[in-house]
Amino acid sequence: MGMTIAEKIIARAAGVPQVKAGDIHTVNLDRMMTNDGTTHLTVDMYHNKLKNPRIADPKKMVFIVDHNVPSDSAKTAASQKKMRDFAREHGIDFWEGKGVCHQIMMEHYVCPGELIFGADSHTCTYGALGAFGTGVGCTDLLYGMVTGTSWVLVPETVRFYLTGELKEGVYPRDLMLSVIGEIGASGVSYQVMEFCGPGARTLSVNDRMVLCNLAVEAGAKTALFEADQIALDWLEARGRKPKAVFRSDEDAVYVREYTFDLGEIRPVAAKPDFVDDVVPVEEVCGVRIDEAFLGSCNNGRIDDLRVGAAIVKGRKIADHVRFLVVPASQEVYLQALEEGLIDTFMRSGAIVMNPNCSVCWGSCQGVIGENEVLISTGTRNFKGRAGHPSSRVYLGSAATVAASAVKGEICTAGML
Amino acid sequence: MEQFSGRVWVLGDDIDTDIIIPTEYLALKTIEDMKQYGFSPLRPELAGQIKKGDMIVAGKNFGCGSSREQAPEVIKALGIRCIVAKSFARIFFRNSINNGLLLIEQPDLYDRIEEGQEITVTVNRDIVFDGKSYPIAALPDNLVEIINAGGLVKAMQRRNGLAG
Amino acid sequence: MGQTIIEKIISHNTGRASVKPGDIVTVFPDRVMLDDIMIPFIVGKFHEMGFEKVWDPEKVVLIYDHLVPASQQDDIRHYRAGDEFARTYGIPNVHRSDGICHQLMTEAGYVKPGHVVFGTDSHTTTYGCVGAFSTGIGYTEMAAILGTGSLWVKVPETIRVVIEGELAPNVMSKDVILRIIGDLGADGATYRALEFTGSGVESMTVSSRMTMANMAIEAGAKCALFTPDEKTARYCETELDGFQKSLTGDEDAGYCRVMTYRGEDFVPVMACPSQVDKIRDISQLEGTVIDQVFIGSCTNGRLEDLEAAARVLEGRKVAPYVRLIVTPASRKIYEEAAARGILKTLAQAGAVITHPGCGLCCGRTGGILCDGERVVATNNRNFLGRMGTSKVEIYLASPMAAAACAAAGKIVSP
Repeated sequence: MGMTIAEKIIARAAGVPQVKAGDIHTVNLDRMMTNDGTTHLTVDMYHNKLKNPRIADPKKMVFIVDHNVPSDSAKTAASQKKMRDFAREHGIDFWEGKGVCHQIMMEHYVCPGELIFGADSHTCTYGALGAFGTGVGCTDLLYGMVTGTSWVLVPETVRFYLTGELKEGVYPRDLMLSVIGEIGASGVSYQVMEFCGPGARTLSVNDRMVLCNLAVEAGAKTALFEADQIALDWLEARGRKPKAVFRSDEDAVYVREYTFDLGEIRPVAAKPDFVDDVVPVEEVCGVRIDEAFLGSCNNGRIDDLRVGAAIVKGRKIADHVRFLVVPASQEVYLQALEEGLIDTFMRSGAIVMNPNCSVCWGSCQGVIGENEVLISTGTRNFKGRAGHPSSRVYLGSAATVAASAVKGEICTAGML
Repeated sequence: MEQFSGRVWVLGDDIDTDIIIPTEYLALKTIEDMKQYGFSPLRPELAGQIKKGDMIVAGKNFGCGSSREQAPEVIKALGIRCIVAKSFARIFFRNSINNGLLLIEQPDLYDRIEEGQEITVTVNRDIVFDGKSYPIAALPDNLVEIINAGGLVKAMQRRNGLAG
Repeated sequence: MGQTIIEKIISHNTGRASVKPGDIVTVFPDRVMLDDIMIPFIVGKFHEMGFEKVWDPEKVVLIYDHLVPASQQDDIRHYRAGDEFARTYGIPNVHRSDGICHQLMTEAGYVKPGHVVFGTDSHTTTYGCVGAFSTGIGYTEMAAILGTGSLWVKVPETIRVVIEGELAPNVMSKDVILRIIGDLGADGATYRALEFTGSGVESMTVSSRMTMANMAIEAGAKCALFTPDEKTARYCETELDGFQKSLTGDEDAGYCRVMTYRGEDFVPVMACPSQVDKIRDISQLEGTVIDQVFIGSCTNGRLEDLEAAARVLEGRKVAPYVRLIVTPASRKIYEEAAARGILKTLAQAGAVITHPGCGLCCGRTGGILCDGERVVATNNRNFLGRMGTSKVEIYLASPMAAAACAAAGKIVSP
């Protein structure tokens, strides 16, 4: 019987020729990533709850400090120190202040065909390179770290057949929000979103990251693109080789199928407080904002910064708006410096911060206050996510966010 | 002349404003919200122990550092009646006068006294401790004016024709 | 008898022929600075006092810097209070995210030589770098100035600090002022003006003078003063008038103390935990392992500071497991540093570069540390608990030294 990409990746990791949805398998994990959100908890359990703690393979572990950078409290510093000391002691790759975890993983580690656990829900991002990445909690991460393995319940795959091409001024963020808006926050609960079709081939790896990254907001276990030539070229330019390149078989079983014509997608926004409450931007234009955020593992890459810079160039951010621009990694920041984008943002009056989770994470940087309104390229807009419980968060593309920052209210670039 | 007595808490030299009220608490809404954190980096329990009418005796350069006026306000809100120190930092000195927190410079008391002991202050004359008199200097006239007005806010209210 | 610089400034401001130390006079500030963290309290007192208008809105500058970007929800309250105050009383000068107050006041041209300036932050002494009498006050007095346009001051005595000769290549003005503070003690200049003069000072850039004026308060000084010269004129984009040119200490002026130094005698130093006057030669501290380095603040966050750090870090990396945080002092400096490739060098070395603001210096966020950690910082204070718990050790240093420590992962001489 045919298998989907997801099933093939699991089969490889389980060392078996065939798996099907609903099976439970023990798998070897190719890699595990954990960040300063929960690693200190994993470390505590390692030290306090295990009789003979050992790490199966330190080379498979990646520790990344990205959520609270720079540190905002002694408590944060203590948990980061725990993580740092552990990584140092065990020879685990350690990244601090170099960017958001998923961006670093994509830049330096992920290979097609891999099965990767990450102690962060947006680990599904890695599907952009044909790798099965999924978010787990600190306990699962601990188990994986100690044994090198875990169990997976093989998820069903939902097929998203993409046709056409995104129009000018319409971005992958608009596409993915539209998809989530249509299928709902639990639309693919525990399932795999597999993107394919001619439309998929018009999307760059960065574009695919935008789609895969948000899959968890529709409940997905992960999202996947086939590692086609576009992905392989990207990988080669970074000096890496795939572990395995999988295509879904002709007779693979999909539990459901959707078709999306990229040409039909329009700029949209997700309204407070739900990622799936998606409407055309026009419906929320005119809403006064207090803060705008361009960044995150979803939209903090060079493409997004280019779009944002082109819109604010020669313009000033509205007096009452704080516009935070946060590149997703040190590499992106350096490229943005080189291209003069950072200069453009600074001259417009934006607040440019170091690569980190920043406003999206809502804990210590660009926090919003009582009754404030934020428009953001972050991943989530749940109540209180970015600050005060009474505050409201709209999600949109980099273009929508940048234009709104200039106008002082939600709008599209075309309305400036 | 005004006279009062009380027990003393003893702090050292160069007690700075970051010790008196750390920056992380400066965004709290009111002095009432802040006062529980007074002196916390140095003596975390002290704020909870101070009773109304207590006094502080300290070494040199008390109140050095930042211009944060929350420092004397917090000390006053905790109930401290006055601070006797070998010397005061100047911004802290002005801020205290403006808030009606009495500051007294006295070079020798600090070297003789221990925490928990009692002193009797006669304003502009002396401090009596353990039977001995430690003389204190009178404040300059213009400062006396502000204190007599009840602090700078009251002085300004009077100027603007508001009831004091 | 001749006059010191502070005496000349106060005489001029009050319209007197001369003043002497101890005189209590009323001065009329040319400018006042209100920073975000104090604004709600200033506004509260202003209203409590019953004022209905601000005496001269043009003279008032509001700068948001301690709380930018916001790290707590309550920070927003400060922005709102400032914005509303500016709106209500017609204050045109509001800087919401342009950098540190003390950097902007001279950089943006608000302070000129000979001015009298008050600010609600102790490091307001900084503007003495252009020959202004500037000093920090509390929010109650600031409220009173906003309503009345005046404040009483007691004319301070002056300590004259003479520096002749040249500094060694690995010595910056930060090392100079730290040594002087060490010699004076944390209260050695209390109530006094510090007047800096000599060939060693004349050859300093305005930026280097700024570092020294900035730290004067750490010796308890009321203010710091440098004679305005060609460099000052260029920096302030102005021609010096007769009064401004006269702002030098007269030969027969009365100084309560004169301190004399040779430029060649200064060496790289640090202020050790937890006092600013606990000065040691770096050579005595070498080998001490560190966890973090901070380069920034109103003391040392300027272009020449970032440049000095970049020269040290060119082609090198921050030591493993050590954090380097760089916070330029203003938007303009950030742009210039980016254009010159300085930020590229620092980022490639592994620096975390944050938006211009007070950052870690004020200790609310921006690199807070935990028990047992050590940080080398280019700011002006290392008091207990300032950057985290009371078991964090803070060493103050020049940007050159700080950068060298970042690469080495321990204290080393630049």
